[in-house]
Amino acid sequence: MSRVGWYRLAIVLAALAALEALSLSGVIDRITMQAPHLIVRDFFRLIVSGRMNAAIVKTLRNTLLALSLALSVGVVAGVLLHRARGLRETLDPLFATYYAVPVFAFYPFFIVVFGLGDLPQILIGFMLGVVAMIVNTLNGLDRVPAVLLKTARSLKLSAAQTALRVTLPAAAPYIVTGVKLAVAYAFIGVIGSEFILSRGGIGYEISFSYTNFDNATMYPLIVLILLASIAINAGLSRWELSLLERRGLR
Amino acid sequence: MTAPQVALSGVGKTFLAGRPPAPLHALGPVDLELRHGEFFAVVGPSGCGKSTLLEVIAGLTPVSEGRVEFEGRGIAGEAPDGIGVVFQEDASFAWLNVADNVAFGLRRLRLGRAEADDRVRRVLQLVGLADFATAYPAQLSGGMRQRVCIARTLVMEPRLILLDEPFGALDQQTRLLMGDELLRLWRQTGATVFLITHALDEAAMLADRIGVMSARPGQLIDVIETGWARERDSRIVERPEFGAITARLWKTLREESLKTIGRSCAGGHAP
Repeated sequence: MSRVGWYRLAIVLAALAALEALSLSGVIDRITMQAPHLIVRDFFRLIVSGRMNAAIVKTLRNTLLALSLALSVGVVAGVLLHRARGLRETLDPLFATYYAVPVFAFYPFFIVVFGLGDLPQILIGFMLGVVAMIVNTLNGLDRVPAVLLKTARSLKLSAAQTALRVTLPAAAPYIVTGVKLAVAYAFIGVIGSEFILSRGGIGYEISFSYTNFDNATMYPLIVLILLASIAINAGLSRWELSLLERRGLR
Repeated sequence: MTAPQVALSGVGKTFLAGRPPAPLHALGPVDLELRHGEFFAVVGPSGCGKSTLLEVIAGLTPVSEGRVEFEGRGIAGEAPDGIGVVFQEDASFAWLNVADNVAFGLRRLRLGRAEADDRVRRVLQLVGLADFATAYPAQLSGGMRQRVCIARTLVMEPRLILLDEPFGALDQQTRLLMGDELLRLWRQTGATVFLITHALDEAAMLADRIGVMSARPGQLIDVIETGWARERDSRIVERPEFGAITARLWKTLREESLKTIGRSCAGGHAP
């Protein structure tokens, strides 16, 4: 590990040690937060017991669905918008202000239209992620050197072949940035929706244990989300790094 | 007398440029015939339409007037089979290794795997990159990346190779060596080569014939036969004829280049 990496680890461990000391000394009371070592113990108990498996599967499945939709629709829409300059100029200001709109405010509307169940949660995750994918796909396509497009034409590639074999691979580092954002947004969308109105999922279980002062369940679930997002992000960052290194950009 | 491989008659190109868009006469009229297997270079002042001329022959840009024929067939804004293009900028695909870069265009030919691999291997040997088949472009020098692009063109076995200032980004020594390699490839493949260059010495060293273009709108104002033997390399720069050809090129081009500079100065510093 690099020296910076060691510093980073030391900061995290110092924060955990401080939390441990403050919890054990009673400065932070047990109703507010458990000591980190108890959270770790409860985390393993929760995982081993399997009582949250259904919630975990539901959240991961819905997040994966929201993410898959956001990625596929985002990339296709990005490619099409890149070719439709007029439409893109019309939509660009809307994309720029999109994340100023609280998507969760539309939840009642989604319930009316799509009913109760998983669909509104998946749609919110999708809506949060898709624009990040569109914007980053467009960003990447804007940076594809014109000479690569001329090369594709000289090799007689069709529009679809050019997109699949030249422009999208060339734009891949930017698209991966979009994927990282879409993963985060899909998680936020799905888990946030489960908080508001759902009968299952990690978000619902955290909300339920919070209202019941069940810290032994709530904090391990928060840690679970934290670990999942760190693991996914680390995987994507590694992928991004390998793409950049291969292109001599790192 | 054999029919020319490429025939341009009255070819012109007009773009819409500026705000509000106004017609800009960039090229022509150009009349030119390329013979099978010859090495033809084009020199001209900056912005005279050299690259536009190449793109017209490649079928990448439709003409505004006139007619372009390749092997007797009209080219109407679509890249014809049998023509390969190498551009000035690095056009290697950064996400593919050298072998995959070279094999990129072969998918369209629907060759068998063994034949495709064989073609790639032969071309990599031809351009001296056999030991770098699994390297990525970022691991190569600028000259080697340009050789990858040349190999990607050669693997398609084109009968006409269009080169748009392919060594423009390289240092002088590398350019001379790449010139030698280009001459070797030209002899080995038997293809016709059409080279756009801004370097008079490069044109004088490489070409059988050199077309000199006027300032915009570019027209061919002179075609010089160099008279070099087919077996030649960069050592011909030592010969007195080389100096005479370069001097003649410069004599023709000087006036045209001054026109271009005068135009850009007048446009850039108008009171």
